[in-house]
Amino acid sequence: MRAALSTTSPVPQRAPRRARFLPWAPLLTLAVMLGPVLAGLLGTLAPAFGYMPALGGTGVSLAAFDALFAWPGLSRAVMLSLGVGVAATGCSLAIVVLICAGWAGTRIFGMIERLLSPLLSVPHAAAAFGLAFLIAPSGWITRALSPWATGWERPPDLLILQDPAGLSLIFGLVTKEVPFLLLMTLAALGQVRPGQSLRVAQALGYGRVTGWLKVIFPLVYRQIRLPVYAVLAFSMSVVDVAIILGPNTPPTLAVQVVRWMSDPDLAFRFQAAAGAVLQLGLVLVGLGLWRLMELAVARIGRLWIASGARGRRRGEQTMRVGALVLGALAALAVIAGLAGQVAWSFAGLWQFPDFWPDAFTLRNWQRHGPRLVGPATETLVIAGAATALALLLTLASLEAEHRHGLRPATRALWLLYLPLIVPQVAFLMGFQTLSILTGVDGGRAAVVLAHLVFVLPYVFLSLSDPWRAWDRRQDTIARALGAGPDRVLWAVRLPMLLRPLLIAAAVGFAVSVGQYLPTLLVGAGRVATLTTEAVALASGGDRRVTGVFALAQTAAAFAPFALAVLLPRVLWRNRKGMRDG
Amino acid sequence: MAEARGLRFEQVVISLRGTRLIALDCTIAPGEVLTVMGPSGSGKSTLLAAITGTLDPVFDMAGRIRLDGRDLMSLPTEARQVGILFQDEYLFPHLSVGANLAFGLKPEVRGRAERRARIEAALAEVALAGFGGRDPATLSGGQRARVALQRMLLSEPRALLLDEAFSKLDTGLRAQVRKLVFDTASRRALPVLQVTHDHSDAKAAGGEVVVLG
Repeated sequence: MRAALSTTSPVPQRAPRRARFLPWAPLLTLAVMLGPVLAGLLGTLAPAFGYMPALGGTGVSLAAFDALFAWPGLSRAVMLSLGVGVAATGCSLAIVVLICAGWAGTRIFGMIERLLSPLLSVPHAAAAFGLAFLIAPSGWITRALSPWATGWERPPDLLILQDPAGLSLIFGLVTKEVPFLLLMTLAALGQVRPGQSLRVAQALGYGRVTGWLKVIFPLVYRQIRLPVYAVLAFSMSVVDVAIILGPNTPPTLAVQVVRWMSDPDLAFRFQAAAGAVLQLGLVLVGLGLWRLMELAVARIGRLWIASGARGRRRGEQTMRVGALVLGALAALAVIAGLAGQVAWSFAGLWQFPDFWPDAFTLRNWQRHGPRLVGPATETLVIAGAATALALLLTLASLEAEHRHGLRPATRALWLLYLPLIVPQVAFLMGFQTLSILTGVDGGRAAVVLAHLVFVLPYVFLSLSDPWRAWDRRQDTIARALGAGPDRVLWAVRLPMLLRPLLIAAAVGFAVSVGQYLPTLLVGAGRVATLTTEAVALASGGDRRVTGVFALAQTAAAFAPFALAVLLPRVLWRNRKGMRDG
Repeated sequence: MAEARGLRFEQVVISLRGTRLIALDCTIAPGEVLTVMGPSGSGKSTLLAAITGTLDPVFDMAGRIRLDGRDLMSLPTEARQVGILFQDEYLFPHLSVGANLAFGLKPEVRGRAERRARIEAALAEVALAGFGGRDPATLSGGQRARVALQRMLLSEPRALLLDEAFSKLDTGLRAQVRKLVFDTASRRALPVLQVTHDHSDAKAAGGEVVVLG
């Protein structure tokens, strides 16, 4: 009877407390991420077609588009945006693909991988400033060559920066998109497991690059298609980098739209909205064009594969070395650019052909340092809040997926990329209008919500793979030991995934720090972060103060990465099993 | 009520999209071992997942599994009181050996001193006295296996599942760890279900053998 008695002992029931929120977490996450995008698009479409009661527009008309098409610079601006986007994306993709084809699995590739995170964490604007410091007529490159090689005693009157064809803008974008696409390709390679197929191809006599392009690339491209689309859309519609490096007369369409939007004459709002709608259409056209090119490349590729060409040795070598040189150039541009900003921020007198300043001094930092405090605090508060919210939503969604056996659909990935593909100007303007209507305009909270739209996809993308790769049997073991799902989450899963968790947080933080347009538009110009201040200073042309702000911006983005690497090392210094986890 | 003791399968049928993988109707009495053998993919681990309550929803299961008379099907994994050992020990890498054992020890054992004493005793029982502060990654294979066993026993399970639990150990160590596990199970009168593809495991267990696939 004793056995029978013991069976009646009360069974610990799982408390269904949290079950109410958790299953809704994925939907809530999507709503937070896509709600502003969709609402913002509507809020842009309405004034574009004349409806904006606050400014006296109550009917539906095409007047805004008439005004837009009457702007003489339009066709140039449109072609510039399209050309810059396609060229920057094409170059970045080509460099990444050739680096992977030529070097994957080698020791040099390992070094490239280690350089990735620091390069990625440099905000776009800071990288653009760095590049400007290098290639300007009075920049480091001319200084290195003057006067001995060029004969220049004063900066030459050349239009290198902000050249009308947008070449320096393309270069600036490539330096930042190469690390991003490379990271995405590495993640895709992890799933494709290229080793064996490549060895088979090589055994059949294919060169390394040719074999990789024919066997691995088609599989990899399928996985990185969405990131490539995001790069294309971003490059076509970027604002901060285009302000710093892009041409002025006329600028790219996105920059012109922002100019109209910030015009004191509110009547320009309608024209701006029409321009934003055109920008959206332009990105769609760009994506369609890219899709056509994909099809063409696929067709040519199939013929090339069917031809059985093995690849010539000399051609292979040229491509391998060429890709490495171009990649190194892109990395070097960012690193040397940062070094240039360090030099300027500490520079005393620095006359033209001199390669170094006469003296290094703390004066610039002492003078401008106090001005940093406000924007720096604002940046940290906004980035901290956006990252914390993004982590919370991401973890809740992933945990809901785990506990309730939800299967993420492939379509969900598209949704995740939507905020990265819809051009920022197209929905931020509407988002701004709506936030005025709802009374949260110009406030920190609205800016945090706007940042969350961009922080969430990155946090989710960076955490979901390690989260899903966690060995399910750890969960079974812990549960079989009597731990409920909450205890498993807090005591086992989160500590074991601390490193990817911190990396995801660092990525989110860096994304928020780098946001220019959402801060400017949704903050109605009243929320000043390091990024908005740095870009605003760009027009002033004072390199010392720009250097100070750009470095502070870079530090704000980079510090969390350093912390994410160091903290687990300190915490797990006595845990060998956690060292590479 | 004596016949209700042990791990009982009542017309258990597990199928995948209409294909029957496993059909089992038997009782493992306390202290007895049932060995399920079969090639990989035959559904051995699926059976264990059904018992722990971690069965993938793509599988359909009919019938009932009872442990000491309790119907397990309505209970979450953590309330089933079923201990499991895998081929890997799955010692939590972020916790010390002692903290791993404390994770297993029931919260009903209260008081720091009492809990510590229980953990120290469990370590001493398997000749690992004083190992509480160690990093699990620094232990040998045999030591890890013993810690995993003790951690599981501290949670006071009423049945024991072995999922290829010995297949990673080399021959000498394997016999030693196996003997320890089976002796402990019989001393504590735990019904044991082991799945393996190794005949020496089946032989060492000494109980009934079911072949799948």
